[in-house]
Amino acid sequence: MTTTKSLSSLVALDMPSQPKAHRLRLAAADTAALNRREFLIWMRNPAFIFFTVIQPVMFVLLFRYVFGGSILVTVPGGYVDYLMPGIIAQSAAFASFATAISLARQLQKGVIDRFRAMPMARSAVLLGRLTADTVRLVVTLLVILGVGYAVGFRFHNGAVPALVMMVLGVALGVTICTVSAYVGLAVKDEEAVSSFGLVWLFPLTFVSSAFVPVQSMPGWLQAFAKNQPVTLVIDEMRSLALGGPLALHAWQSAAWLIGIVAVFVPLAVRAYRRAS
Amino acid sequence: MGSGPQSSVGSTAWDGPAIYVEDVHKSFGDVRALRGVDLAVERGTVLGVLGPNGAGKTTAVKILTTLLRPDRGRALVEGRDVARSPAAVREIIGLAGQSTAIQEELTGRENLDIMGRLYHLDRASRRRRAGELLERFDLVGAADRPTKGYSGGMQRRLDLALSLVSHPQVVFLDEPTTGLDPRSRLAVWDVIREMVASGTTLLLTTQYLEEADALANEIVVVDRGTVIASGTSQELKNRIGGDVLQFSVVQRDRRAEALEAVSGLSSAEPLYDEETARISLRVGADGSKALVETVRRLDALGIHPEDLGIRRPSLDDVFLSLTGHGAEQDGDAPKRRGRGRRARIRRER
Ligand SMILES: Nc1ncnc2c1ncn2[C@@H]1O[C@H](COP(=O)(O)OP(=O)(O)OP(=O)(O)O)[C@@H](O)[C@H]1O
Ligand SMILES: [Mg+2]
Repeated sequence: MTTTKSLSSLVALDMPSQPKAHRLRLAAADTAALNRREFLIWMRNPAFIFFTVIQPVMFVLLFRYVFGGSILVTVPGGYVDYLMPGIIAQSAAFASFATAISLARQLQKGVIDRFRAMPMARSAVLLGRLTADTVRLVVTLLVILGVGYAVGFRFHNGAVPALVMMVLGVALGVTICTVSAYVGLAVKDEEAVSSFGLVWLFPLTFVSSAFVPVQSMPGWLQAFAKNQPVTLVIDEMRSLALGGPLALHAWQSAAWLIGIVAVFVPLAVRAYRRAS
Repeated sequence: MGSGPQSSVGSTAWDGPAIYVEDVHKSFGDVRALRGVDLAVERGTVLGVLGPNGAGKTTAVKILTTLLRPDRGRALVEGRDVARSPAAVREIIGLAGQSTAIQEELTGRENLDIMGRLYHLDRASRRRRAGELLERFDLVGAADRPTKGYSGGMQRRLDLALSLVSHPQVVFLDEPTTGLDPRSRLAVWDVIREMVASGTTLLLTTQYLEEADALANEIVVVDRGTVIASGTSQELKNRIGGDVLQFSVVQRDRRAEALEAVSGLSSAEPLYDEETARISLRVGADGSKALVETVRRLDALGIHPEDLGIRRPSLDDVFLSLTGHGAEQDGDAPKRRGRGRRARIRRER
């Protein structure tokens, strides 16, 4: 895959003396160590569990029961079926918030400096972070899906498209995590990152087809909402879940996700190297 | 210039100083953090880098630990050039930065274990190393508690332990005791002394002359990005006139006699301060000898001195005598050493 390839080519650029296979094995070990570190941190952090699990569940219930009644949609099972792909994408995007905040905090505390002064693969901090975030995303999305089922959501298009939809949701989340990683490393300040995160994540997820049909927005907003990547991915997810023209946004979605990763991973790696 | 040691990658060939810095410059935009710094630290010794806030201590440490590239000049750690072969430098150094890098959700043992994993130690070695370091840094009792609950001193000790997981040859400690209470500071000093005893080359930065005095073989004083003095702590103290002996005499009528008695104890004249009713005398490097002699002479006269003691020269004294401007940068002056104190020192002269 393009993602892993471009990442592995960034591993250990300044350790030319060792054979490549050995370097990759060490980089994988570093990534695994940092991964483990993240999981230990999460398990000790109640606030974290709240943001990972409880907050998205609240969103599901809020939209299903509070706003849902007044939003008109034309999909098979009514609003709950419309909502779930959207809320899965929105939660995936918001989960990236933690990526930016944690990197900025570690940078501020000097933890990243400590890692940079160690004989460690240069990409390990980012990769460790992103792989841990991927696992976290999967957990969050499965919890949301479970709650969705409890409040009436059903897949209408068979098991394989359902699985692909979930994978697409995770892919969207990971993609936005790479942007967040760059933001966290470039902005370097935890507080600034939190406020800045809201500034771009809210419009990106709410001015989309996540919760309401784009057609219900004023014209000038539609122009953005219709063409932005989150909408494209959500429409594709909806087609996968509920049945619909699959090819419509498939290429555009894939192109956006791959394009964003291709731009932001090198930026994040560069910011990591320069950060100090 | 240009005649210093040649850099070489590979530890075997190198027999120059463990740390060698030549004419290093570093600017951040308009701020000239380092303006031509030279240093050399012999293997197995401790260099204390002494300087006030903003002197450039952290910048120097960051350059030597490959976190920043020098704009100009050369820095070698065990012969490895920090700019040209940073990876080779990272293999042999340990760093404890100005703020601790421990992860507070994790226990002390877990923090050490993750470090061990990052240095690719196998399971048995990780366990052994963590055990050794916890023992040595007096953290066994707290080893399995989240470090969030550690005191400042314990966190600092764990942070030092983390920097030693890989048995580094050269260790950099940036202000290892800043912010600690006196007791924790002493505990950290003990730990640092042990590190040194095991043969590690150490560079530590500090704002306290007392600390550099207690730990370092050699001291360099940095101010505004340059080295303004260097030598052993004894040499530095001699340059600034050494320790100050102080006491007061309650019996007013006997003060002249007391002054008379201590004059001749050192080359300096004893001074009497009206305001504090205190007699003081610069006694050079050998404070305790002068102290004993003072007690003997006053006792022979039947004079009972009060508050008799020796005051070590502070960073302020060093700066005052080396630069004339005190240990404070314009603008970001910390409150802890006020103007009143400096005024008092002036009066004693
Ligand atoms: N990343 C940076 N960007 C801009 N200026 C910087 C940066 N890092 C340091 N400086 C400036 O360089 C100068 C030297 O800073 P440095 O941190 O090396 O001092 P220090 O001796 O470690 O001080 P302290 O005792 O406060 O830690 C200061 O004026 C500081 O403001
Ligand atoms: Mg500093």
